[in-house]
Amino acid sequence: MTTRMFGERIARVEDDRFLRGAGRYVDDLGADALHAAVLRSPHAHARIVDIDVSAVLDVDGVHAVFTYDDLQGPMAEPLPLLIPHPALTHGRTQYALAKDEVNHVGEAIAFVVADDRYVAEDAVDKIVVTYEFLPPVVGLAAARAAERLVHDDVPGNVAARLEQHVGDAPAAIAAAPHRLSLDLDIERSASTPMEGRGTLARWDTDSGRMQVWTSTQTSTGVRAAVAAKLGLDLGHVDVITPDVGGGFGVKIVHPWPEELLVPLAARALGQPVKFIEDRREHFISSAHERAQVQHVEVGFDDDGRLLGLDVAFWHDNGAYTPYGLIVPIITSTQLLGPYKPHNYRVTFESLYTNTVIVTPYRGAGRPQGVYAMERTMDAIAAYLGKDRADVRAVNFIQPDEFPFDHHLTFQDGRPLVYDSGDYPQLLDKLKALIGWDDFETVRAEAAAQGRRLGLGLACYVEGTGVGPYEGAHIHVETSGKVKVATGLTTQGQGHQTAFAQIVADELGVPFESVEVVTGDTRRMPYAVGTFASRAAVMSGSAIHLAARKVKEKALRIAADALEASVDDLEIVDGSVRVKGAPDSSIALGTVAVLSNPLRYAFDEASGAATQFSVGDPGKPPVAEGEEPGLEGKDFYSPERSTFAAGMHAVIVEIDPDTAEIEILRYAVVHDCGNLINPMIVQGQIHGGVAQGVGGALYERMEYDENGQLLNASFMDFLMPYVTEVPDGIEIDHLETPSPLNPLGLKGAGEAGVIPSAAVFASAIEDAERLDPGNLAVTAMPISPSQLFDLREHHRRGHPVVEEARQRRLETSAQHRKDPS
Amino acid sequence: MKPAPFAYARPTDLAAAVEALAGSTNAKVLAGGQSLVPLLSMRLAAPALLVDINRLPGLDHVTSDASGVRVGALARHAAVLADEEAHRVQPLLAMALANVAHATIRNRGTTVGSLVHADAAAEMPVVLALLGGSVDVVGPGGRRTVAGDALFLGPLESSLAHDEIAVEAFFPALAEGSGVAFREVARRHGDYALCGVAVLVRLEDRRIVEARAGYLSVSDLPTVVDLAPALAGGGPEVPSDRALEAAGELALAALDPQGDIHATAAYRAQLVRVLTGRTLRAAYDDARRRTEQP
Repeated sequence: MTTRMFGERIARVEDDRFLRGAGRYVDDLGADALHAAVLRSPHAHARIVDIDVSAVLDVDGVHAVFTYDDLQGPMAEPLPLLIPHPALTHGRTQYALAKDEVNHVGEAIAFVVADDRYVAEDAVDKIVVTYEFLPPVVGLAAARAAERLVHDDVPGNVAARLEQHVGDAPAAIAAAPHRLSLDLDIERSASTPMEGRGTLARWDTDSGRMQVWTSTQTSTGVRAAVAAKLGLDLGHVDVITPDVGGGFGVKIVHPWPEELLVPLAARALGQPVKFIEDRREHFISSAHERAQVQHVEVGFDDDGRLLGLDVAFWHDNGAYTPYGLIVPIITSTQLLGPYKPHNYRVTFESLYTNTVIVTPYRGAGRPQGVYAMERTMDAIAAYLGKDRADVRAVNFIQPDEFPFDHHLTFQDGRPLVYDSGDYPQLLDKLKALIGWDDFETVRAEAAAQGRRLGLGLACYVEGTGVGPYEGAHIHVETSGKVKVATGLTTQGQGHQTAFAQIVADELGVPFESVEVVTGDTRRMPYAVGTFASRAAVMSGSAIHLAARKVKEKALRIAADALEASVDDLEIVDGSVRVKGAPDSSIALGTVAVLSNPLRYAFDEASGAATQFSVGDPGKPPVAEGEEPGLEGKDFYSPERSTFAAGMHAVIVEIDPDTAEIEILRYAVVHDCGNLINPMIVQGQIHGGVAQGVGGALYERMEYDENGQLLNASFMDFLMPYVTEVPDGIEIDHLETPSPLNPLGLKGAGEAGVIPSAAVFASAIEDAERLDPGNLAVTAMPISPSQLFDLREHHRRGHPVVEEARQRRLETSAQHRKDPS
Repeated sequence: MKPAPFAYARPTDLAAAVEALAGSTNAKVLAGGQSLVPLLSMRLAAPALLVDINRLPGLDHVTSDASGVRVGALARHAAVLADEEAHRVQPLLAMALANVAHATIRNRGTTVGSLVHADAAAEMPVVLALLGGSVDVVGPGGRRTVAGDALFLGPLESSLAHDEIAVEAFFPALAEGSGVAFREVARRHGDYALCGVAVLVRLEDRRIVEARAGYLSVSDLPTVVDLAPALAGGGPEVPSDRALEAAGELALAALDPQGDIHATAAYRAQLVRVLTGRTLRAAYDDARRRTEQP
């Protein structure tokens, strides 16, 4: 009897390959390829007066150098604005190679192709560019002041201004018994996958076909872009995603300049060309995220129940807006988390700066929104002198209120309607897991030893599995092997395992006989991509539906062969058999043979399917309405996103003298609907928490006033080591299935990282509440140095919270002027 | 991140290595390469010639006697860290080496290479300066000994001539009645410290009579401060909190902590204060333990 695979902790089949160094990444391919290097702007803002490449052509081993003047047709146009939005009135994108102006350090100016990367870099050093310097705009304060402009034709540096509201927040706040306002800051970080960007292209001169291997989160997107930009028929372009060493969002942006320039050069030179981004390039020429300044006003009752919430924030989108407004829209909607605000208004401005572009990074705007809301919850609890968990609980959407309509528009252009959840139960689980009710005892015992402990919590809701669709194709070969293709890509999520589990269950085949291919446009040309915690929901559902189709077809064919009714058949262990009569069975491989009537025999199995062996001579060999082959294809396209949720708690110990922050315990409760593979979900949470620790305590993009990134290396950009990540991350699950898809799935990929800034701010503030007293953590990430400076600031007689609160209320009307 | 072109020599005897260096005014010695190779890859250094000394014989020793520990130019940090005899003769070596980067870097990086790289953020230059050690160098004119306090001229600048190779470092043994300790605060385990302190004390009748501290990552040079004045006047056996604080203030008066992207000047000053007291106290405890349980 086949055991059910769904829900089992199946070890990932891909890990044997990865752990033995047998992964195949872009740089493992194309040993015969020429290598590219890119001249990048050393200046944050400058006009290009002249580019002199004459010295380059004398370098031995150089094959070609491209500048903007070498680009023609669509390649000479700006790169696509991938996600337009009516509010994005001043969207701007860069050129594949800078035309007359550079807008951030790292922007591509020239593209050199040489025998190897060493020679290519030597050649890049010989290009002479004459610049006319322009004053750079760095940071949100400078962008808002707008004394200098990033783009001459974008007044105020404002790419977009968007407001959404439900009810009348200002009136509700004015009428509320209690009011607070908060000013919050959150800094930039970045995806920083282990493998940077990389592209290899081969042009087949004989057939006029282009093959591109690229480290992307969307092979179909890159394919369409390459075809359009290079003037090729879509059918003449294949994009194949080999193993990808992490994406975390940065690789959903496409086409990167190099994803077009590499195939362009391969066609021009008639030789394969490869570009492999190095680490410094990744810091200065890919994408960052997170930076926002936020202003929150809230009105609430004696229990801490929200009556009105009015949020304004300013989002730093960097130099260009290729990915539209996705990040700030997610912040503005997902800020609400598991709570009912009753009256809500949110306004944001997306602003240009002369820095690297800002596009989704794991969490994609949610960490900022959760930070704003959870800081607000903590402030309300402090103001009322109430337990922080209790204040959250009175605001929860209740289990009987689903589907819950926030009456706002989500990032996919669809209504923000939560499908299912049980937030009170999640909070109960979290409190039990971390020992919430006993913490004061723990704190007191530690304090007796001179140790300073703090406990924080944060809650979030995450819209996952956004559309528009994904598809799957499944083919059962005559050997009985099952070949599955889905078009979205894989960056280490374990799709080969999780998707095979779904197929094994639905089709009734051994898990080991299923092979999954992702991100290859030759196998599945219709797909969207891997982002927004959507792979399991979208492709998982599509694969389930496709497997059902294959199963139905197998049963129809087998019913003929076994002279039984379809209703009496089942598929177990790869064989179709009559229920209750297991001896009367036929292997799926044989069904595959029968599904494809043949003229020619080439082995014993195919001999069984030739024209003198099978079929009714009175009927067409392929029955009407059928197709040859045991195959199935289907697509899944949901009406809207499904909403996962979770809550994190952390206990930190902070050195009273050095302000060093140590994580003692970290607890996660998580609800992503039904779990396909709990071990993979656990791994996603572990990785997310690790990344969140980085974002909360270590990582920032340290730009100076000239727009130079001072920490563009792993020596100074502090990604946490294993020694900085908590040893044991305690996890508990709740499973409230989504009603929107056949398997009840919700996404899990981003969950671990979303509440990090909020939960650490909460814990640090809690630890420091007595000494120096009323210290408010309003800027994240926070380092020991910053925490020390914050303590000193408060010790020197900074006004305590009550006075500050009053002062902020008085000035809040002024804050509201921008941007609403 | 690929180096600019350079010539490469891998001599098999010391004389040939010195000759190769002397033949170029823009040559660098390659030993462990843990600092040099990244600089080459980022094109922050572009020497015309690399002289790889890894094939030179007889330079990978760690030898200890009553006078101290001698470390050859090709002895890796990991080998020094694992050497029990060296640990017995001068325990500060292992205390500091445990803070040098990560195991993979210690497996390749050399202690002598770290000294002549003269990075004020590195642990071993401070240890050499605090202990009053020295480095032997060989050049066209023969072999000479450079005292620890004469080795470091400025940030990443040693007093070696361009055609000299450091062949051995000498770390004096821990004297009787003495104790040592090492503390540092880094952003992540294995990172360069925001501030690090090594302390050497000597006791007489359970009281501190000598106390010196070496500071890394605080100034442009590894800096040694005499803390004894803060502890003067005898007092109780165990240094009081007030004395430890005074030592921190004394150290701070001799240093000029600077801010950078990881720490403000005020925070670094706080670390000098706090770590001076904590390390001094630990060194005192170390000395007590050694004298009372020899």
